[in-house]
Amino acid sequence: MNVRSTEPELRALKMAGLDGDAAAHKALLETLSNQLRAYFKGQLGHFNRSPVEAEDLVQEALIAIHTRRESYDTSQLFTPWVYAIARYKFLDYLRRTKTSIRDLPIEDAEGVPTQDDQVHVESSLDLNKLMAGLSPKVRQAIQCVKLDGLSVSDAAVRCGMSESNVKVSVHRGLRALALQISKERQP
Amino acid sequence: MKTDQLIDMLSTNVEPVKSGQLGKTLAWGLVIGGAASFCVMFATVGLRTAATGVSHMGYLALKVLFMLSVIGMGTGLLIKLIRPGQDGRKLFRLMFLPFLAAGFAGIVALALEPSAAWDRMILGTQWAMCLFCIPLFAIVPFSVLIWALRKGAPTNLKRTGAIAGLVAGALGATAYAFHCPDNSLPFIAIWYGAMVVLCGWVGAWLGPRLLRW
Repeated sequence: MNVRSTEPELRALKMAGLDGDAAAHKALLETLSNQLRAYFKGQLGHFNRSPVEAEDLVQEALIAIHTRRESYDTSQLFTPWVYAIARYKFLDYLRRTKTSIRDLPIEDAEGVPTQDDQVHVESSLDLNKLMAGLSPKVRQAIQCVKLDGLSVSDAAVRCGMSESNVKVSVHRGLRALALQISKERQP
Repeated sequence: MKTDQLIDMLSTNVEPVKSGQLGKTLAWGLVIGGAASFCVMFATVGLRTAATGVSHMGYLALKVLFMLSVIGMGTGLLIKLIRPGQDGRKLFRLMFLPFLAAGFAGIVALALEPSAAWDRMILGTQWAMCLFCIPLFAIVPFSVLIWALRKGAPTNLKRTGAIAGLVAGALGATAYAFHCPDNSLPFIAIWYGAMVVLCGWVGAWLGPRLLRW
């Protein structure tokens, strides 16, 4: 991951995102998605896997970066935090899909594209299908706050829940989505 | 699903994050787990009130000190382990120190006594009870710690599980110390040490199964 030059900018975006700045958070996730894509494609290339898998991993890592965002220690560098999450997700993916280091045909480990800015690549995941696996309450909260863009107080009125209940439901729901994604990919 | 669609979803209505929340959760986990293991001790074997005196209190303090050093270091390590990118390798190596110190003290104490007294010093009166109670008292603290750790993002699951096991075992051993009638250094080193290490070993095995995210 070529992020050494961008560490200060990314860290600034991350800090603003932690304070609740949605635009900064979005900019951060967009920049990271490109870097993660390059990283995962490079890694998958070593294992002779397809780019669709890279997109799955990018999305899984983005969800982790979002739902576990409080695990970043603000006194530390930002890049190692992202890298550790990406690496964790990649190793977890390999374990899940039962690939081992021995599967690598050494003559194929070359000519891997390392830069790619296609934001419109689709993963194999279907959001609607994933959402269907959530409990009705959690699904409704995510629909209101994350998809329809209602404020938490408006969503609370529409769903008939308290505001803190909406917040908790959204947080739980996103983590549950991440879990479903990893289950979905189990062979 | 398109990636920019996902990013839109994730960055809609971003809530501010309070810092220090993870540390607080972990601290609560320790308090609740520790209290629970004392409750289990009271409910099963009970507090030892008959044995008092300076020597008994001294050994009790030693046991608690040994266990507190494991709990203290382990907690410091767990705080690092739930944050991706910090592996706390240095602190992990130091985790062995309390066990080495206890083992050394045990050997010295044995060397100072004639070998005829060794059996009594090592086995005490209730070594089997110790074997059974420490892991039993560690079950609740271990569950609570795992719950707290799952709020974070541990990337080394085996190590995180092992440390959680050690801390839970040490909490269980602290509770057991208030019942334990056996006062000798080799006893503490062998049975307390071994049982806490066993809890750590079980934790290392369970970690990857319970902490995955």
